[in-house]
Amino acid sequence: MTQQIGIVAYKAGNIASVVNALARLGQNARLVSGPAELTHLDKLIFPGVGHARPAMEQLQSTGMDEAIRAFHRPVLGICLGMQLMAGYSEEGAMQGLGLFPGSIKLFNGRSKVPHMGWNRIYNLKTPLFDGVEEGSHVYFVHSYYMPENGSTIAHCDYEGPFAAAAAHKNFYGLQFHPEKSGAAGMRILQRFLEL
Amino acid sequence: MLTKRIIPCLDIKNGRTVKGVTFGNLQDAGDPVALAGQYSSRGADELCLLDITATLEGRNTFLRVVEEVAAAVSIPFTVGGGISSEQQVERLLSAGADKVSVNSSALVEPGLITRLADSFGRQCVVVAIDARLEGGQWQVLSHAGTRPTGRLATSWAREAWERGAGEILLTSFTADGTRKGFSLDITGEIARLVPIPLIASGGAGEPRHFLDVFTRTGADAALAAGIFHYGVHSIEEVKSFLKDHGVPVR
Repeated sequence: MTQQIGIVAYKAGNIASVVNALARLGQNARLVSGPAELTHLDKLIFPGVGHARPAMEQLQSTGMDEAIRAFHRPVLGICLGMQLMAGYSEEGAMQGLGLFPGSIKLFNGRSKVPHMGWNRIYNLKTPLFDGVEEGSHVYFVHSYYMPENGSTIAHCDYEGPFAAAAAHKNFYGLQFHPEKSGAAGMRILQRFLEL
Repeated sequence: MLTKRIIPCLDIKNGRTVKGVTFGNLQDAGDPVALAGQYSSRGADELCLLDITATLEGRNTFLRVVEEVAAAVSIPFTVGGGISSEQQVERLLSAGADKVSVNSSALVEPGLITRLADSFGRQCVVVAIDARLEGGQWQVLSHAGTRPTGRLATSWAREAWERGAGEILLTSFTADGTRKGFSLDITGEIARLVPIPLIASGGAGEPRHFLDVFTRTGADAALAAGIFHYGVHSIEEVKSFLKDHGVPVR
């Protein structure tokens, strides 16, 4: 199945890793940085590493914030990408895209921050996690998190439970890095491609 | 629960893995891409690629290795060796590396840590500390362990964290190569001092050593080279030993 996959290219992207992971699945992707480039895409991937505020400001300056909101086909936010799709964020004290309910909070520092490494995800919901084993280990690197809410489709524990993944309408978000999560991560990306 | 990470380290010179490897089914043990793939499929949680080339030509070769490893494996990896500028880090991250480790250059110019953290996020800045026990104190060495710096490992680790390090890679030159176990005292001390992830390195010779460093210190990860390269013990063996003793591993 040949699809047009776009990856939002902006300063906060871990883009090479995402491109590589899609290539391993036999899927090409192109980098998009302006709203006009979204027209013919079947799916959009919204990666992100780094600080929320400069990332959000860059999206706003190119009009990509509105373009992502208006996109009607599946969108997958990864890590910071997922967090920018939520509402208020404690990181940079700013509003996100508001595509997921709830806000983004800082881990309270009882454990080491960032939450870095392999952790288990559970209560996995369809369709993104079809064929993914309950309790699979995936790779996380983050200091802020989305508390569990109605959009949560996978859970994880670090200083208590938080949302490892979210879905609302055509919007999906993964707090972990599927492109760095071995076989489980590749399966999740494959599921997204199959949506 | 966050698992403890096992990280094999590959020394790379002129695009080739330096230390010998005895994987039965690996045709070319000197090929870092093939080796990285092997480790990845055998349960490594992360990889560390260390460029021990000194020449500019070698550096460009290393960049190609980073690109190829990034294309081949789907686990995170850190690259290090001779990194002293934002431009180098930019190239390595664009090539697909997840984190970079700085060592001697950060000792010469500690502000580098902050600049890298500001530009790329502290999660991808690893400060590598080489330490040796001298006269009852853990001293920091630079330039691959050849030069004493007059700094104490504990205070340098603390400073590195304050300046923006996202992770500390502590190598004990006292234990390195002995295969008698990690240096638990300094590892434990630094784990208590800095609130960021700590990777212990140097001295791993058998699975029990990994158990010791994870149960007796606050280390989050353990890095090793020889024990895995020479096929003495496999990563699976180490992880299954840890699991049997109640240490969370993937």
